[in-house]
Amino acid sequence: MSAPSTATATRPTAPSTRPIVEVRGVSKVYGKVRALHAIDLEFEPGRLTSLLGPSGCGKTTLLKIIAGLIPPSEGEVRIQGRPVTGPGPERAFVFQDFALLPWATVLKNVAFGLELRGVPRAEREERARHWIAEVGLAGFEQSYPHQLSGGMRQRVGLARALAVDAQVLLMDEPFSAVDEQTRRKFQEDLLGLVAREKKTFLFVTHSIEEAVYLSDRIVLLSPRPGRVAGIVEPKIRRDGDPERIRRDPVYLDTVETIWRGLKGYVE
Amino acid sequence: MRSAALDEPAAVPVEAEDGRTALGGAALRLLSVAIVLGLWEVAGRGGVNPALPAFSETALAALAMLADGSLPAAFLVTLEPLVLGLAISTLLGVGLGIAMGLWRPAEWLGVPVLVILQAAPLAALVPLLTFAYGIGLTSKTLVVCIMALPVIVLNAYRAIRHTPQSLVEMGRVFLASPRIIVLRIVLPAASPVIFAGLRLGVAAGFIGAILAELLITPTGIGDLVTYHQSVADYPRMYAAIAAIVLASALTIGLLERVEIRLFRPERAGR
Amino acid sequence: MQVAGFRLPASSSLLLWLLLWELVGRAEVTILLPPITAIAARLVEIVPTPSFAEALAITGQAFFLGNAIAILVGVPVGVLMGRSRIADELLLPWVNLFVSAPLSALVPVLMLLFGIGQTTIVTTVFLFAVWIIVLDTRAGVRGIPPSLLEMARCYGAGPLQCFFKIHLLAALPEILTGIRMGVIRGVKGVVIGQLLVSVVGFGHLFEIYSSNFLMEHFWALLFVLFAFAVLVAEGLAWLERRVDYFAAARH
Ligand SMILES: Nc1ncnc2c1ncn2[C@@H]1O[C@H](COP(=O)(O)OP(=O)(O)OP(=O)(O)O)[C@@H](O)[C@H]1O
Ligand SMILES: [Mg+2]
Repeated sequence: MSAPSTATATRPTAPSTRPIVEVRGVSKVYGKVRALHAIDLEFEPGRLTSLLGPSGCGKTTLLKIIAGLIPPSEGEVRIQGRPVTGPGPERAFVFQDFALLPWATVLKNVAFGLELRGVPRAEREERARHWIAEVGLAGFEQSYPHQLSGGMRQRVGLARALAVDAQVLLMDEPFSAVDEQTRRKFQEDLLGLVAREKKTFLFVTHSIEEAVYLSDRIVLLSPRPGRVAGIVEPKIRRDGDPERIRRDPVYLDTVETIWRGLKGYVE
Repeated sequence: MRSAALDEPAAVPVEAEDGRTALGGAALRLLSVAIVLGLWEVAGRGGVNPALPAFSETALAALAMLADGSLPAAFLVTLEPLVLGLAISTLLGVGLGIAMGLWRPAEWLGVPVLVILQAAPLAALVPLLTFAYGIGLTSKTLVVCIMALPVIVLNAYRAIRHTPQSLVEMGRVFLASPRIIVLRIVLPAASPVIFAGLRLGVAAGFIGAILAELLITPTGIGDLVTYHQSVADYPRMYAAIAAIVLASALTIGLLERVEIRLFRPERAGR
Repeated sequence: MQVAGFRLPASSSLLLWLLLWELVGRAEVTILLPPITAIAARLVEIVPTPSFAEALAITGQAFFLGNAIAILVGVPVGVLMGRSRIADELLLPWVNLFVSAPLSALVPVLMLLFGIGQTTIVTTVFLFAVWIIVLDTRAGVRGIPPSLLEMARCYGAGPLQCFFKIHLLAALPEILTGIRMGVIRGVKGVVIGQLLVSVVGFGHLFEIYSSNFLMEHFWALLFVLFAFAVLVAEGLAWLERRVDYFAAARH
């Protein structure tokens, strides 16, 4: 992901392809808490969708339902047309708390998913090394998680998810632990990645700016029970200087619009 | 079940050296030992109590007992039930704890009983064990077991139950089978706490071994203590006690080292 | 655990164990295990006797006295160690030595020094309880954010006020954990002490019952002890959860 910092990313904005992930009428109830209510969403390959909403509105829950980690109370999720009953090889997850094995080196952590898929040692280590380098951690292959900073650990989790070459990447606040500079660098790198790989990205964030900057589409969720409160498709030209995007009137207007929409929930 | 023994920190944590200046620390620790031993010497010589020998007398007695071989011989005798009991407790305890952590029916059956056993003064069972199994090795081994087993089981159980949920979810996302999740995630994640439980079990086992030797029949170190007490050879009696206390401290210190080495690489580097 | 969709209460398995015990007792598999009902009947019988009351009183006295001294000594020493580096370096090796030492080996010494009686038992309880109280208090005090103490000093608090208003209160959850673990150890200490001294309290009764093969008596006494130990542990755990609740805002 260490793309040149001037991410020259142009993306087809025409969503003509068939959705790879379909969420149909999904609700989730935890005991008495209604976390999600009647969510209908579709996700197409090659596009990045952000889930944006106040804390506790069910973003993580939705992502985990799509991952097959928790069953929905109602409704279903389909991946490539088939209903989800559990985790599958076409989906990978980036955990908000990294979920690294503390007793394993960076190399082993990144290769973990491949290892479980039965990829032979030499091959999985080669692929792991490639992705470690891609996220800018070359030289840290033999380090242990506790020897890395929070942001570096987050990148290990990212590399592990990218290494299994899944079609759908579910990312739960993947940049939450990094400082502002690194975060910006990551965002630019992610734009490069989306442009290069024809994958489906689902991205949870708390930051309106981040969502607008990165996304082809932003799904706004209402507070509990979370439902789709609105969908924004920022029409931002992503070629050229990344700094220009942040000063782009369309960018600023979109941020403003979303903020005004969400403000109601805060008050 | 939320209960006294369960929400207590899984085990007394390893006392790690923190970033204090090592040299000044070592000097102070040396000073501390010197002060305590000095006080002991003064109290012994000053005749605070006729049954309190000075430190120098005790140390000389210890050397004499080392030289005539009585101390090493006693240690060998004491070690027998101790090692046997700890081996049994470790195998059985870790096995039970893991079973309780992984399998709901075992948890339901086992946890309440173990919570009681950990809080209860099981030493009171010693007369019963003597009554049932006589005064030999079996009883003494069982005393070590009843002291060491509950803490080992409960630590293993808690360690398994406290596996970080996100690590298990990570395993599932990357398509690990339940067996692989247990072998590759749950057990490695639990092993530091399981090992800390073993350390606590060893400390409890020492208490049990000495209790058995003092209460059932005097053998080994217990014999040295009772015999020298009966002939009023207090320096040798104290030397035997100091020796077993030191042996226990050294064993536990060694286990801490091993623990840091194996499971806490972030502390080993200091 | 759930059986056929019905949630079994957490400690309900104890009933199953008691039932099993009763069956084993009735079947007279071993004279070690008399039926629970017989033990219960014996319990009702011996509890009102003067010898039991006396043993209970003397055991309770040793237990409370030993623990009280352990708390009164352990907490201030722990605070001192948490605050002063020199005190910490001087005391920590000994605290670490004794917290996991085979204290049963020290009882013969205590008997020599303090005689065969209550003083020895109280000292045993003290020795079992005090070290973990010191260690946990020390850990709690070391966890107090320095800003809290600076704040107190800014508002003109003296050392004594700091001790009572900041150290004790801010480290209260850890101190209570230490006290709870110390008290649990204290129960074990009082029993080990009495067994070894064997002329006072429950130790004396145990001696009489076991040498006369009075298994029902023996178990009745054990049940009283175990119930006492569990009640004390659970009661303190309950208190600790209350304090944790109030202290939750601390972090
Ligand atoms: N395992 C669970 N049991 C009970 N309730 C839960 C559980 N997981 C989540 N919830 C509830 O469901 C709601 C949604 O939780 P979720 O973690 O999905 O929110 P989120 O949008 O990811 O929040 P945040 O932005 O703070 O991460 C919350 O109100 C939470 O209390
Ligand atoms: Mg979340």
